Amino acid sequence: MTVIPSIKSDYLGKLAEQGKRIDGRRFDEYRKIEIETHVVSKAEGSARVRIGNTQVLAGIKMDIGEPYSDSPNSGVMTTSAELVPLASPDFEAGPPGGRAIELARVVDRGIRESQIIDVDKLCVVPDEKVWMVFIDIHILDYDGNLFDTASLAALAALFSTKVPMDRFKPLFEKLKDTCPSINDYLQQHPTDYPLPLREPPISCTSVKFNNVVVFDPSLDEEEIAEGIGDVRSHGARLTVATDEKGHIRAMQKGLNGSFTKEEIQKAIKASIDNGNEIRQILYKSVGKK
Amino acid sequence: MTEDKRKVVLPGQLLGEVSRQKAGHGTFIEDGKIFSQRFGVLNDHGEYLDVVPLKGKYSAIEGDFVIGFVIEAMSSSWLVDINAPYPALLHVNEAPWKVEFGETDRYLNRGDAIMAKVLPIDETRKLQVTLNDRNLYKIKGGHLIDVEPSKVPRIIGKKGSMIALLKTYTRCRIFVGQNGRIWIDGPTEGIEKVLEVLRIIEDEALSFGLTKRIEEYLKKDAMDVQ
Amino acid sequence: MKSDIKLIDGHGKRLDGRKADELRKIKIEAGVLHRADGSCYLEWGGNKVLAAVYGPREAIPKHTQNPLKAIVNARYNMASFSVEDRKRPGPDRRSVEISKVISEALERVILIEQFPRTMINVNIEVLDAEAGTRCAGLTAAGVALADAGIPMIDIPVACAAGKIDGHVVLDLGQKEDNFGDADLPLGLAPRINEVILLQMDGHLTMDEFNKAFELAHHGCLVVSEMQKKALLEKYESVVQPEEVVQDVQPEESE
Repeated sequence: MTVIPSIKSDYLGKLAEQGKRIDGRRFDEYRKIEIETHVVSKAEGSARVRIGNTQVLAGIKMDIGEPYSDSPNSGVMTTSAELVPLASPDFEAGPPGGRAIELARVVDRGIRESQIIDVDKLCVVPDEKVWMVFIDIHILDYDGNLFDTASLAALAALFSTKVPMDRFKPLFEKLKDTCPSINDYLQQHPTDYPLPLREPPISCTSVKFNNVVVFDPSLDEEEIAEGIGDVRSHGARLTVATDEKGHIRAMQKGLNGSFTKEEIQKAIKASIDNGNEIRQILYKSVGKK
Repeated sequence: MTEDKRKVVLPGQLLGEVSRQKAGHGTFIEDGKIFSQRFGVLNDHGEYLDVVPLKGKYSAIEGDFVIGFVIEAMSSSWLVDINAPYPALLHVNEAPWKVEFGETDRYLNRGDAIMAKVLPIDETRKLQVTLNDRNLYKIKGGHLIDVEPSKVPRIIGKKGSMIALLKTYTRCRIFVGQNGRIWIDGPTEGIEKVLEVLRIIEDEALSFGLTKRIEEYLKKDAMDVQ
Repeated sequence: MKSDIKLIDGHGKRLDGRKADELRKIKIEAGVLHRADGSCYLEWGGNKVLAAVYGPREAIPKHTQNPLKAIVNARYNMASFSVEDRKRPGPDRRSVEISKVISEALERVILIEQFPRTMINVNIEVLDAEAGTRCAGLTAAGVALADAGIPMIDIPVACAAGKIDGHVVLDLGQKEDNFGDADLPLGLAPRINEVILLQMDGHLTMDEFNKAFELAHHGCLVVSEMQKKALLEKYESVVQPEEVVQDVQPEESE
């Protein structure tokens, strides 16, 4: 239903030709990033992340469950995202649509494929009981760049997570009878302990419209790239997750436009630089290093 | 009572009595008493009271000049978003062109912006706008921004003083729609300057002596440029 | 559910140290979200709730439109991580019911006849839950509606009372809710002094009901003052007496 007047996209395009953005940022510059952890007491870990006016809350819940048969000694992780109608007049109630699922899967991939969670250390009883880690992403205020805000919220929440040994004590006591081998695990972990994590890759998203590529798109820039309103130039989106060594760990191209190889290479370089800065913000907020 | 004239009031707040004053916009009457319906600023005009909301959707009033976005070109009219709870209808008879049936999209299309005037509103609240008035047309070029409709009087200023200032110092054309949409056209630097000033006005919309301070700000800036 | 936990001691002191007629700590903030037309963040004991209002705007799907009034869609939703055991995302029977009674409560105070054929959406997200979320949600919704500039005859508010170990007390905490004898959430339009939401589960005598009602009613009035304060605090700073200009037509320059 939202109409973007073509004047608005024309003006943003005109600015872009002059090397400018509507809010005065450089093409590769992020808005202000703020991270707050331990915001939900019922969750094992949680974080509220703001990039500009966009706000995302991620919460981590853990439970004991059965391992997959192909990895009987590894913990299990699941990522879900809800685009609740609280966050935008354009989000509707109901089961997650394509947009929410793509978001959840891109965040999931950034965490899973780069093996941030050391799932091998989440085995409670080999072949039988493992920890399940649920990453739930709640969008609170949508003003552009959900991918990066959600990924960063998920990471910050993971870094604030304690494995809930005390809460599960009654279950462990029961399991002692059927699975005596649980005692090894309980001896090693008598009480709550931080979730075992590795170095996190950081996701950086850019969009292309009017033949320029801008990072951390604002809502206007994103909507123009998405072609809401009758924009003639088809936009495209690229998310690149890179690690501390500057290696690429996950990528996702979206929308109906296209990139040249040079644009992608440039975007990867800018993602590495931005990623390093964002990683420092993340570490500072979770008290790491 | 003078200093109470700019009081912020809440929904359900008692404002006065029907025996002494009339109940204006944004108020309701119960048992002879006048209450506020909205979270807003109370204006005591002596004879009557009204409440101007601090935030909220644009409530269309006949004769308002607004900026609309075309949602859809239909066979004999256009559907226009004017930032109100309902889209407004622009009938071909209210346009300055001779439009053949089914050819509306040759004149206005989805995404086009227009300056329009609100026509009389019937009790079913179906909104209609017209282009048949002075200086109303399809907007081309420039930039559009949104502000709270309640801040529009501030942005215009006393007898248009604030807008006149902005136009003088930035050499931009500016049209302020009563529905909170503002169109600005001119050199990019000028548009950026206007946006900057509008942001200041929005943040301090009700503080004292704003027009003067904005003038000083613009003057200083103009000297820096020289 | 019964247990051996003593919920209130001989001196009338409760598990968390509160007296029988004492509320948990409450914090209310208005206008916290950028996109919403109006919003509110509320902490009530261990509850953390966000409410956002969108509208009035044309109701969709079209067949839900009422030619005489706006429809009020409150949507109460619990974040999956807001409770001890992870909740599956999305609505369950409980949240659908709460959404309905809150929608109806809000309809009583909103001047819905001003906006025929529209909908007013009130989204309530429970981010952290500790008993009494529907009262926290309705209270947050009241502030968010006022913040959105929605015309109302009153700012709705809610508070619960209940019975623990045979004592009637105000505003049950988590353990009191789990192991207590009764819970009575009450929604109020405080100015007209009428009840807009009422539920009860457990066991109360007529006397106990009267006492619980009085306590909850008193609680509502206390919270109502906090709502007003939160709204005024947010905007008072920008409003000072001045020459205000109204009714000026925009003019176009060439």
